[in-house]
Amino acid sequence: MMSPTARLVVRRLNQRNQALAPFFTSTKSFATEASFETRPFKLHKLEEGPKTSVTVTRDEALKYYKQMLTIRRIETASGNLYKEKIIRGFCHLYSGQEACAVGMKAAMKPADAIISAYRIHGWTYLMGVPPLGVLAELTGRKSGCARGKGGSMHMYAPHFFGGNGIVGAQVPLGVGVAFASKYRGDDNVCFALYGDGAANQGQIFEVYNMAKLWNVPCIFVCENNGYGMGTSAERAAASTTYYTRGDYVPGIWVDGMDILAVREASRFAIEYCTSGKGPLVMETATYRYSGHSMSDPGTSYRTRDEIQEVRQNRDPIASFKEKIISTDLASADELKAIDAEVKKEVDEATRKAKSDSEIPMEELPADIYAAPLEEEVRNVAPWEPLRHKRIGSAVNLN
Amino acid sequence: MARAITRKFYFLLSRPQFARHAVSARAIHFVYQPDTAKPPVSGETIKQNMFMAINSAIHSALEKDDSAIIFGEDVAFGGVFRCTLGLKDKFGADRVFNTPLCEQGIAGFGIGAAAAGATAIAEMQFADYMFPAFDQIVNEAAKYRYRSGGLFDCGKLTIRSPCSAVGHGAVYHSQSPEAYFAHTPGLKVVVPRGPIAAKGLLLSCIRDPDPCIFLEPKVLYRTAEEMVPKTEYFIPLGKAQVLTPGNQVTLVGWGTQVHVLLEVAKMAKEQLKVSCEVIDLQTILPWDKDTVCQSVKKTGRVIVAHEAPLTCGFGAELAATIQQECFLNLEAPVTRVTGFDTPFPHIFEPFYLPTKWRCLEAVKKIVNF
Repeated sequence: MMSPTARLVVRRLNQRNQALAPFFTSTKSFATEASFETRPFKLHKLEEGPKTSVTVTRDEALKYYKQMLTIRRIETASGNLYKEKIIRGFCHLYSGQEACAVGMKAAMKPADAIISAYRIHGWTYLMGVPPLGVLAELTGRKSGCARGKGGSMHMYAPHFFGGNGIVGAQVPLGVGVAFASKYRGDDNVCFALYGDGAANQGQIFEVYNMAKLWNVPCIFVCENNGYGMGTSAERAAASTTYYTRGDYVPGIWVDGMDILAVREASRFAIEYCTSGKGPLVMETATYRYSGHSMSDPGTSYRTRDEIQEVRQNRDPIASFKEKIISTDLASADELKAIDAEVKKEVDEATRKAKSDSEIPMEELPADIYAAPLEEEVRNVAPWEPLRHKRIGSAVNLN
Repeated sequence: MARAITRKFYFLLSRPQFARHAVSARAIHFVYQPDTAKPPVSGETIKQNMFMAINSAIHSALEKDDSAIIFGEDVAFGGVFRCTLGLKDKFGADRVFNTPLCEQGIAGFGIGAAAAGATAIAEMQFADYMFPAFDQIVNEAAKYRYRSGGLFDCGKLTIRSPCSAVGHGAVYHSQSPEAYFAHTPGLKVVVPRGPIAAKGLLLSCIRDPDPCIFLEPKVLYRTAEEMVPKTEYFIPLGKAQVLTPGNQVTLVGWGTQVHVLLEVAKMAKEQLKVSCEVIDLQTILPWDKDTVCQSVKKTGRVIVAHEAPLTCGFGAELAATIQQECFLNLEAPVTRVTGFDTPFPHIFEPFYLPTKWRCLEAVKKIVNF
């Protein structure tokens, strides 16, 4: 890999931004736009790739910052709730990988779809579920986005197909979703996310073939955080250049800790797919601070120094914050105010998620079938009959 | 319960904020009942839980059989449930090794290795993940001998996998898939109820000349502790075991459910003055028809309990055969107490499982039929 070069080009415009007036009393003016150079992208079977010169407006920067911070806070809150045994079962935290989700979402159109595996609390929030919806789902209460029936790994929202437990199984689904877009001619794409461990699943190669053969607008995204549970990528894969593993499907390698690079690559990918050129593979090189899940301390297969090194030098939020401040897109105080706002929101959601009530027993047999042919679910419970119910409305079929 | 535990994590367990992980405050639905009967073989015993007993069995197999290999996801460092701890250091990385994340590949690879003459022990990290490998197991492993007229086979293959409810597993870490595999002639399917049974049955599966599926109830790995014979021993496959003799109601189960039924038998004796005979099926395919029917002919009433859903759960096979063989001896219809016909729930688990209360209720009903 090439060493990173960061040249900042600052363009100052002498405009007063009125929206910021409540945040400061000085007459200092902020830049409304700043440009940066990303690390070079690596390309596979592509003549041209995404631009390395990227620009971000002040409003966008603040939005992305807030989004990444909210995800980080939600994950921290989830980790704490898990240690308090208020969240049970599984909990896979996204801390460290925020730039991937926020960057992709920044490039997505409102109706673009995304499907991922189980590290999805951040995506759920980005796709429109408020922090309470995420946290209450984790604690298994009725304000959860699946009313507590799914838990950590099964969260869904419009155009967000989840939330899947079986590793690799979500990728063929993503290709199907993308195919539906192509069939309907609606210019939407589907981002099908998977990890470096899942990249060795056979069904992914089956759908690389199908997607390329039929020119399906699917963007395969390998979120390579270096480890599949406790197994480092080198020990599980004969080829760790995941962006080339689509072979005949072109690919791009992106620095997944740089939100603007991810956004740029995602924009390129969407443009590529919607212009009818077929699927693309995108590998985002990222890192997760916590272990695979809450049962994994994450330090038996990697050193604490390694984790610290990434936290100090490559943290997506800290480095983006530095970019914002050094180019005068916003002041440190302003960002602090956002920090406080996000903390308040997540703390409030955490409080509610702890005290909210669970759904009643009648929901146990709910939503098994759309058209149950029998009124009661077959069972042997001696107390009450279990009647089929339809509660959720299918957002993906309208 | 922590999955990937290491020495470092044990250190962490001593810290106050992690102390809760060390004390298992999970609400499990049964009380483990250790074997008190004479062990299957005489000699020195050692206190072991189920993962240690399984480790012991695999150790024994690798030691006695040079062609034995064990592989699967995370197997080399010891496995997410510690079943393969220390084996790589003892037997080498060419016999104890990790596979990438590819169940279909693991199964196919295991079948090939077994067909070529290696004693292949394949681990599927969770039984819920066996389904990508279902085609390999059902269409290749089970049918190899039959379709080649006995020329080829993969009998040296044993697939082991953690199964069943664990308290917080939800949809994809709690399933009991024995019924799917029981429907496949050519395979043998075994489910142990504790450490002593696990060691003896696993050794039998490994030695058995047909492909075997060994499903290990994961909640028993640490909860179940017994005095396990140190030496190698084999518990015959295809034989059920009568654990508690009785003469009014037969209770049939396997795996974790056996412990629920043992408690139900006690409760029935105390509260209802009903004498129950508890049978652990041990082998699902082929199941011990003779032992079960002999018991049913004596009692006239039988309850089958399993965690898997009702429709086409293995209880259905038992019920069909029992009513066929013991029709005139039956005093009441064959009762099943099972999970419901829903996916395995997340927060509703305590209601879903066939707990001792539901089973006791079934006993009440059946004696009053």
